[in-house]
Amino acid sequence: MNQSLTTRRASNWIGEFDLQRWILKHIQYILIPIALTLFLIAWQTVVTLNRYPVYILPTPGNVAESWIASWQRGILPRHLGITLFEIALGFGIAFAFASTLGYVLAKSPLIEKIVSPYLVAAQAVPLVAIGPLIIIWIDTGIAQNALIAALIIFFPMLINTIVGVRSVREEYRALMRSYNASAWQVFTILEMPAALAVFFGCIRVGITLSVIGVIVVELMWADRGLGFLLNFATKSFDTPLVFATVITLSALALGLYIGVAIFERRIIRWRR
Amino acid sequence: MEEGSQADRAYARVARVWQCPDAIFASGFILRRHARIGIPACPEIFAAGFFVMNNGTLIKIESVSKQYGAPRDGVLALREVSLDVRAGEFISLIGPSGCGKSTLLKMIGDLLAPSAGQITIDGHTPTEARRARKCGIVFQAPTLMEWRTITRNIALPLEIIGAPRAARDQRATELLDLIRLRDFAARYPRELSVGMQQQVAIARALAYRPTILLMDEPFGALDEMTRDRLGQELLTLWQRARVTIVFVTHSVAEAVLLSDRVAVFTPRPGHIGRVIEIDLPRPRSAETRNLARFVELVRAIRATLRELGAK
Repeated sequence: MNQSLTTRRASNWIGEFDLQRWILKHIQYILIPIALTLFLIAWQTVVTLNRYPVYILPTPGNVAESWIASWQRGILPRHLGITLFEIALGFGIAFAFASTLGYVLAKSPLIEKIVSPYLVAAQAVPLVAIGPLIIIWIDTGIAQNALIAALIIFFPMLINTIVGVRSVREEYRALMRSYNASAWQVFTILEMPAALAVFFGCIRVGITLSVIGVIVVELMWADRGLGFLLNFATKSFDTPLVFATVITLSALALGLYIGVAIFERRIIRWRR
Repeated sequence: MEEGSQADRAYARVARVWQCPDAIFASGFILRRHARIGIPACPEIFAAGFFVMNNGTLIKIESVSKQYGAPRDGVLALREVSLDVRAGEFISLIGPSGCGKSTLLKMIGDLLAPSAGQITIDGHTPTEARRARKCGIVFQAPTLMEWRTITRNIALPLEIIGAPRAARDQRATELLDLIRLRDFAARYPRELSVGMQQQVAIARALAYRPTILLMDEPFGALDEMTRDRLGQELLTLWQRARVTIVFVTHSVAEAVLLSDRVAVFTPRPGHIGRVIEIDLPRPRSAETRNLARFVELVRAIRATLRELGAK
């Protein structure tokens, strides 16, 4: 009796599939499709019972139909591509400037003292409100939207670079000094990897922020991109298309977030 | 085993010569002395013998003072400290917190500059010695880079020098064997206990075969058992690697067990009140603690600390 118990447990250890444990471990992912199905059923029921017209509240079926149709006609992919490009460009611009300036500020307390009041003041300006100005000055277009996205994520990125570089403890610097390491070696061997951990935290937040930034700008002034599509669909009472666009947008933000998270895991392997 | 360690030592000496060209000029003198003792003729080893043979002063500290902050309202950390550290010896600096013993250590390693007085290391300034990479430093915290594997952490100083990859790996493996942590070569620091991490830090400090090992309370954060074990390991390492060790500690027993001499500091502003010779036989082990002489020395140092503190 006793022995059979131990052998049974042993077989579980070796790899016999334990359904109960597996379900408990992955409970959050298992519940997602169930919750989604329940939500769709509820949605369908509400529309059917109340007989809403399509332009007020379409059924999930209408939305799916619209999504597939606009995807096949190439409308969704085109605007999605433009928005994605704007985000990437904005992100790149912000990254280049924020990391360089952040590093300089972190290394030089004097420059930081001089520059930081302006940076804080600039942060107080609602950036979306600058959008019209940029359009007045340099016309509408992809680059302009990217610029606004860049402005939105610039500040958190800057702060995180400073925090990251400053997070290097004095003893590590002393160590590098005792090895007679050059400034470049201190940067590549010590500061960059140390800052990276902090930096990724801000990229994850920043990437979703930049999606919001780009969409808001597109909604108001652009003639292409998912924000524009949203605007267009609303004005032409194509509510299913509005839903389809919103779904695409959420998928985009989620995809970017997951992408960054995977990238982070890859680079910051030592954390596991 | 014995042969391996001899080769190791010879290599260490050769490496030291590369870092100190003036030893080569002295080789004529050494040649004669070596011939008398009967060491095989190899010019590099003869020249390297300079350090071992002359057994003179390696680090000369002459009335060094350190003032933090402005002269008026700053803190005087060290007051006219003088000390000669002999080549190859194990010397401990002991004293109450804030007496400036770590400051002195940092000045030897050229991490701080003295406000007055001067330090010479084998005839050179600390800056020159640092540039020639004569000092390895170990802090109280392991200060490993958590994004590097253990091997790459140990090889870091060599990487900075620009040593080729093969040489780096070979030296890292050698050192891992020395601290008996070879199984952890590919692990990250986070996966090791603090004691192991500190061993890795010591191995890293030895990577480019420094002449001097500066240790700033290296076992301060460890539990007593690990502390004792690492102390023993350190003595073995010291004997094999033939380095001069300057060791800052709070523990009287640890200082007595490990060192050749113990320099006792006064409270701030720090000053070396007395240097006590530890004439215990080597090799030392945990058994040494039971010797009457050990107890006597510990008592003497405690008394000196009290006496200096009261002044």
